[in-house]
Amino acid sequence: MNFYNLFKIALRAIWSNKFRSFLSMLGIIIGVAAVIIMMSIGQGSKESVRKNISQMGTNIIMIRPGAEWRGGVRRDPSAMQTLKIDDYEKILSQKSYISNVSPEVTSSGQAINGANNTSTSLYGETPEYMEIKQWAVKDGDVFTDEDVKKNAKVCLIGKTVADELFPNGQDPVGKTIRFKSIPLRVVGVLKSKGYNSFGMDQDNLIIAPYTTVMKRVLAQTYLSSINCSALTEEMTENAVEELTQILRTNHKLSGDAENDFTIRSQEEMMQTMSSTMDTITIILVVAAAFSLLVAGIGIMNIMLVSVTERTREIGLRMSIGARGLDISNQFLLESIMISITGGLLGLLVGYLGTLACSFFHLPTSIPLWSILVSFAVCTLIGIVFGYFPAQKAANMDPIEAIRYE
Amino acid sequence: MEQQENKVIIELDNVKRDFIVGAETVHALRGVSFKVYEGEFVTIMGTSGSGKSTLLNQLGCLDTPTSGEYYLDGVSVRTMSKRQRAKLRNQKIGFVFQSYNLLPKTTSVENVELPLMYNKRYNAGQRREAAIKALEAVGLGDRLYHKSNQMSGGQMQRVAIARALVNDPAVILADEATGNLDTRTSFEMLVLFQKLHAEGRTIIFVTHNPEIAKYSSRNITLRDGKIRSDEINADRLSAADTLAQLPKPVDD
Ligand SMILES: Nc1ncnc2c1ncn2[C@@H]1O[C@H](COP(=O)(O)OP(=O)(O)O)[C@@H](O)[C@H]1O
Ligand SMILES: [Mg+2]
Repeated sequence: MNFYNLFKIALRAIWSNKFRSFLSMLGIIIGVAAVIIMMSIGQGSKESVRKNISQMGTNIIMIRPGAEWRGGVRRDPSAMQTLKIDDYEKILSQKSYISNVSPEVTSSGQAINGANNTSTSLYGETPEYMEIKQWAVKDGDVFTDEDVKKNAKVCLIGKTVADELFPNGQDPVGKTIRFKSIPLRVVGVLKSKGYNSFGMDQDNLIIAPYTTVMKRVLAQTYLSSINCSALTEEMTENAVEELTQILRTNHKLSGDAENDFTIRSQEEMMQTMSSTMDTITIILVVAAAFSLLVAGIGIMNIMLVSVTERTREIGLRMSIGARGLDISNQFLLESIMISITGGLLGLLVGYLGTLACSFFHLPTSIPLWSILVSFAVCTLIGIVFGYFPAQKAANMDPIEAIRYE
Repeated sequence: MEQQENKVIIELDNVKRDFIVGAETVHALRGVSFKVYEGEFVTIMGTSGSGKSTLLNQLGCLDTPTSGEYYLDGVSVRTMSKRQRAKLRNQKIGFVFQSYNLLPKTTSVENVELPLMYNKRYNAGQRREAAIKALEAVGLGDRLYHKSNQMSGGQMQRVAIARALVNDPAVILADEATGNLDTRTSFEMLVLFQKLHAEGRTIIFVTHNPEIAKYSSRNITLRDGKIRSDEINADRLSAADTLAQLPKPVDD
């Protein structure tokens, strides 16, 4: 029996049991749609994270206190106090691959202006921070190095903070707000950056001189971190090496002693990020793929019912000259067609689902290969789960099959 | 056996078929030998359990003998593989079953084409042509595109007979082919079989109804897996005449 005729027979068998065929396809439809949606969200998020990070600047280098975090090991609080102003000053005086440096101390709490308040984060920085993180000022000016030296009670506020504290459209510049009861005069309002790809509002912050935050707000002597930017993206590696040397020397770490700080470059972050996203995507896709396995078992079940139902037809075909191979091909093709049709419908549903997701602002992007893979997987499911029922049909005894009631 | 000039289509030589059921052996055929010549219309009779179906399965190459030899159109079937027997059935045999066994929701032509689907030598056009010819031969030239569920029992059996004819087989094997039909339709079928016989077809018709034996050219009777009698029917009746004498159905 040639392929075209087998195809017609299979099509007729599927068509004459439309509803049942559809139900057995449903598993595949859902499975493939789930895989496509998961993959497109995974891929989309990855692309959007990459875009965000590279917009932030790929030459950023972050120094944090404490050794590199290892899973399960609790960190000693004193280990978090290893970065000092002295480190910052040493970097400032010895740097050669680094353009900007800003020590950082952070605090979060309530910001108040009269009757209005909002919970926000306070970042203590130097004016160079603006360069490193690519912040721009919309109204007013950045505080100066002079302000840093004098622990001046000045600040820059993000758009969200400005909107919350000055709801009636007053100009915040020149006004004094309070953060944890410390009065800070607003010298500028930052240009909005909007939400990042994790849904975090990047405009909900206050930036003040780090000296002010350390001495007036927190009364602490150590830094939360130091942010730097390499001269160029290509110099990032050299800059990281340089920083490591400066800090090790300054911390008097001998030969094989472990670093008591961690340096991360944005580039590295980006890679870690993508590989984390990849892992999450893989987990989601594997979960979705299991539903394809279940769908395959569903198809096998239906095919077994179909073979039993058509025992007499099988007996007849055999008695008029069909070989076992003809019979098994017939049923195999039927199961492949069910799973491929299900797969195609699944692609369609997945595509619509992806559209729906992007409607709700989830970043999505369907990778082309996922379509090809789904197609291949569906064919494979059709073959694997159709094989046993097809063999059952092919091995029937025509004498018994034709008398089957 | 009488001397015949004709070619031998079927030759059984001491064919035995045993079935092992648990610890016991059932001897369904205990040494059956006969020859069927081209153009014969043979009825095989016997009570239930006498071995008719077992014999027909042997003749139809659906089963192989435990011992003895079976030659179909000169070839020995006993040593053939499943695959070879499938090919032989496809090209040399036409089956007619008691319960028609048509594909449901399928037109007459498509049902009749079915055996040719498994024969690579026919293309779609040749298949259609042969199927239409076979349907015309059984008097269904005007029912080509009727689906099997839109037809009467007699019409369905005609389609089944056309399907058995379409590959121009060496022998037509019918198993209780009138068993599901009323008297009048049974005789219509017999008229058809006699017509095919007159056209030179070789037919073997298994039945437990002694009446039918009166219309064949030769009758073999089985008992307990052995041939009890094998007689040429010198004065066979015409099914057409019998049909004419039957009372006409009321609504015709
Ligand atoms: N597949 C089988 N397994 C065991 N015994 C069988 C089988 N087929 C037939 N027989 C036995 O062989 C004998 C002949 O059966 P069968 O050829 O069907 O008779 P008939 O068709 O004349 O009624 C019976 O005793 C039956 O029980
Ligand atoms: Mg029987």
